[in-house]
Amino acid sequence: MNKAIKKSNVLKPEVWEIEAAEANSGKWDLRLYVAGQSPKSISAFNNLKRLCEEHLEGKYKIEVIDLVKNPALAREHQIVAIPTLVKRIPVPLRKIIGDLSDTEKTLVGLQLREAK
Amino acid sequence: MSPLRAKSKAAVERKELQKAPTGIDGLDQITGGGLPRGRPTLICGGPGCGKTLMSMEFLVKGATLFDEPGVHIAFEETPEELAQNVASLGFDVAGLVRDKKLYFDHIKIDANEVEETGDFDLEGLFIRIGLAIDSVNAKRIVLDTIETLFAGLTNEAILRSELIRLFRWLKDRGVTAIVTGERGEGQLTRQGMEEYVSDCVILLDHRVTDQLSTRRLRIVKYRGTTHGTNEYPFLIQETGVSVLPITSIGLKHDASSERVSTGVPRLDTMLEGKGYYRGTSILVSGQAGTGKTTFAARFAEAACQRGEKCVYFAFEESERQIVRNMRSVGIDLDTWIKRGLLHVFASRPTFSGLEAHLVSMHKHINDLKPRIVVVDPLSNFMAVGSALEANSLLIRLIDFLKSEQITGFFTDLTAGHGIKEQTEVQVSSIIDTWIQLRSIELAGERNRAIYILKSRGMEHSNQIREVRFSDKGIELIDVYIGPEGVLTGAMRASQEAKERALALELVQAQQRKQLAIEAKRKAIEGQIRALESEFESLKLESEMVNVQAVDQAYIVSESRKDMGRRRGIDVEMKDTNGRGAKAQRGKS
Repeated sequence: MNKAIKKSNVLKPEVWEIEAAEANSGKWDLRLYVAGQSPKSISAFNNLKRLCEEHLEGKYKIEVIDLVKNPALAREHQIVAIPTLVKRIPVPLRKIIGDLSDTEKTLVGLQLREAK
Repeated sequence: MSPLRAKSKAAVERKELQKAPTGIDGLDQITGGGLPRGRPTLICGGPGCGKTLMSMEFLVKGATLFDEPGVHIAFEETPEELAQNVASLGFDVAGLVRDKKLYFDHIKIDANEVEETGDFDLEGLFIRIGLAIDSVNAKRIVLDTIETLFAGLTNEAILRSELIRLFRWLKDRGVTAIVTGERGEGQLTRQGMEEYVSDCVILLDHRVTDQLSTRRLRIVKYRGTTHGTNEYPFLIQETGVSVLPITSIGLKHDASSERVSTGVPRLDTMLEGKGYYRGTSILVSGQAGTGKTTFAARFAEAACQRGEKCVYFAFEESERQIVRNMRSVGIDLDTWIKRGLLHVFASRPTFSGLEAHLVSMHKHINDLKPRIVVVDPLSNFMAVGSALEANSLLIRLIDFLKSEQITGFFTDLTAGHGIKEQTEVQVSSIIDTWIQLRSIELAGERNRAIYILKSRGMEHSNQIREVRFSDKGIELIDVYIGPEGVLTGAMRASQEAKERALALELVQAQQRKQLAIEAKRKAIEGQIRALESEFESLKLESEMVNVQAVDQAYIVSESRKDMGRRRGIDVEMKDTNGRGAKAQRGKS
């Protein structure tokens, strides 16, 4: 629990600047919020992993946050739906809700592809 | 509050549906004790109808009055905005949050930064709510307004099933929930879903009729319990929401035999010498300028002088204006206002709708608990609503006053000339004592007259009295009733002068007669005296006649004796001689 709250500090403004520097380095920071080992969560993780391997090889970092274990983060990070993927870097921040089974939409959401 | 608690306790004992009291004025009465405990309730209505305020009051009252901590999940406003909004109602939200009695969470979904890609659920929402409930051990929760989720998320099918699951889950957790909803087309909420999953649905309405708005509340459904089905007006005031349960009152009020003075001694005598009955309703009607307000103010002043609290609702004049005007007739209201016995609430009837007036009057009466309530005048309500509405408002007000054993004093302006034995707002049948003031126009002047049209339960005077206002107050004078009809004012005065002259004349005539009789008596007395002296002289005369006769007889006898002596007879001489000497002495 304590660790989780510490982790959440990364979204605080002063930390943002450091993150922004990282952003320039071109590394993608992705966070996947799940609630336990639900089928939707597992498939979301698998879908994300596959997409990243295809489009962002070596340029990404995925952090999985289990809200069952860290419920306070749901409030702090404004998470309502599960699973939610948050693209923090590069900016702008985007939230992608769902199990990411719709690849097209996911890529648009991640701004890896222009919306048709 | 205690009766409400008692009520909900009784419900528990009868193994009925348990209720969570809202602590909102009047709402607990309509719902028979509060909202269904441990179940969701929907409060719906259009924008600005008071959903958020009502639900917030439910939480705050729960935390402060019933020791039930609460959670507020806002989907639209931030906790700071909310706290500001309700601070105007005197709710110290920040303090309650500090004391862990309230917990706020703001759920925000920005559709612009959200993309939906496939299957999802709202577990994150559940986790947040669960955490919120656990952190303050909440018994109450408000979700305001949950349908905002539909604007942020597009997959309605998922949202629906998830929200239904949420309601179920809240029920399982045993928290009493309020869900607010925006009113939709042809249904109570936009999604048409909340009303089915809620056990109780309260519809709020903000209606404008003739440019006047009135807030109304109706319980659309309440599973497993009876409830008031009417539309009830409610108000949002400085102290929160108050609902007015208007039709819950049956004709059960007590009838006191205690009397209250009218404040005018002569008027008291017209009412068996004791005045009105306590707890009844009194109507004073009359044309403009007949002194209705003066009677009302005097009644109020008299109540204050007895130490009774009085509330005066003025719908024509401001408080200062009434105070000034009444001072001119020797009624001092200012003293009582300063001492806190008299409370004047002046407002224009058009300031708000009828219902709002009624609710605010209720509120003032409930807060101040007066013994006397004055409404001056009733007829102005006609300007606000229709006759029917005004009538129902007044019946409700009068019923309420009676149930509280408060004496109600109303004035009513009769339009036009002549006496109408019917009030403009047609409340005459529910009035107990009806006093009519009228102006009598005679001989180029206008005078006020008063009479009692009816007074239930007492033997009241049937006389018309003239009313005179002066700096000494109200004075009732007998009118002159003669062959020329009822006379008042200067004509009464002139008639009285005429009568006085007539009386004087009578006295003088009598005196003259008396003198004449006296003179005659004296004359007769003189006559009597003359006759008496005549009688006396006659008596003397007759005596003289006798003496003369004796003398003559003596002389005759003397001469006879003399003759006898001369003839030589001396036997009986001595006796006759003595008698004759005596008679001669008396005569001299």
